[in-house]
Amino acid sequence: MANVAISPENGVLLAFRRDLRLAVRSKGEVIQAMVFFVMVVSLFPLAVGAESALLKRIAPGVMWVAALLSVLLTLPRIFANDYADGTLEQLAISPYPMAVIVAGKMLAHWFTTGLPLAIVAPVLGLQFGLGAHELGVIVLSLMLGTPVLSMIGAVGAALTLGVRGGSILTALLVLPLYIPVLIFGAGAAEASMAGIDYTANLSLLGAGLLLGALASPLAVAAAVKIALD
Amino acid sequence: MTEPSLQAKNLTLTRGGRLLFANLDFSIARGEALVLRGANGSGKTSLLRVLAGLTMADDGVISWDDAPWKSASSVRRANVLYLGHANALKDELTAAENLADGLGFDGMTISAENQHRALERVGLMARRDLPARRLSQGQKRRIGLARLLLTQKPLWLLDEPTNALDADGVALFTDIVDEHLARGGMACIATHLTMQIHAPVRELNLAESA
Repeated sequence: MANVAISPENGVLLAFRRDLRLAVRSKGEVIQAMVFFVMVVSLFPLAVGAESALLKRIAPGVMWVAALLSVLLTLPRIFANDYADGTLEQLAISPYPMAVIVAGKMLAHWFTTGLPLAIVAPVLGLQFGLGAHELGVIVLSLMLGTPVLSMIGAVGAALTLGVRGGSILTALLVLPLYIPVLIFGAGAAEASMAGIDYTANLSLLGAGLLLGALASPLAVAAAVKIALD
Repeated sequence: MTEPSLQAKNLTLTRGGRLLFANLDFSIARGEALVLRGANGSGKTSLLRVLAGLTMADDGVISWDDAPWKSASSVRRANVLYLGHANALKDELTAAENLADGLGFDGMTISAENQHRALERVGLMARRDLPARRLSQGQKRRIGLARLLLTQKPLWLLDEPTNALDADGVALFTDIVDEHLARGGMACIATHLTMQIHAPVRELNLAESA
């Protein structure tokens, strides 16, 4: 029996490992979000028709909107179960600071939603006739942008804990805040197709990522404490 | 004569417009248990949550070894173990994993040997690799008992710990609390049962304090 150092890294790792293991045990939820993303993106070539110039033109926007909606579907998973079964109370009074634990949970959420989406995105991009360079920029923008979606989403999910009809409310709360991420994310790929410099868009996504990583754990921790009181 | 270690003065709490308790004074010394009594809805759970730091009292001071306790101070987090109504177990994880995670968030790692000894004692050894969803209510409660066996935190806040436990389980729980108190630990237990704890026990009836 040994006491572990109560260091932030240990707290992040503990929460991250636990949520990742839970996601692996209930694979269904992770796969559902992926399938949803694949289906929504695949609907557009069917609906719009096989006009390749148009498809190519809308591809970044379609993929980003689909990614955003699919992340939105998974948001209740971050805290709702922990809240219902009493785990969140235990986490809130753990010697590890709440902000550190929620950081681990958000990281696990991104690993099981945003990261898989970014990985399958190139395969879907082929349906739209995108070239390797444009696909690369889309993947890069998703890698930078989806963690921000997880972080903003976690704040929304924490604020609506214990509220009836919480998941709709989360969506209403979070969607407006997703708009900048959507604009810069889809904008990066569009710029690369138009042959203009897309690094500004990616830099802005990166800045959003850093800002979110700093602010969101504290905001989520505060929201969870209010929900538990 | 032992010095009181946890001291509450003038605790007042209103929930949902109803005064649950006002100007409550009590203390728990090392090696002593405080049993909370009172009808359903008299505020036992709320008082435990105030002590755990989950709920803010409207008024009053809680001090630990004569130093006031802030709601989320690290001293409080390092010393308090709270077992609530909900078991805080994950259905997808096994009994052993749930136990290890619970203790992990308390800042501990346990050796397989110690874990097995605790699971053996609470009668879950044969079921340690079953997912928690396959366990009965009483067995889930027993994972909490195993956590009590392994923790090193001095102050236990237990909300109806014997719920769903059979007679054997209640006896086991009483033994575990007795051992904890004999080591100089402290416990605050909300229960309707009369328990055969050997250490000094004080009772606090919340129905009379409102």
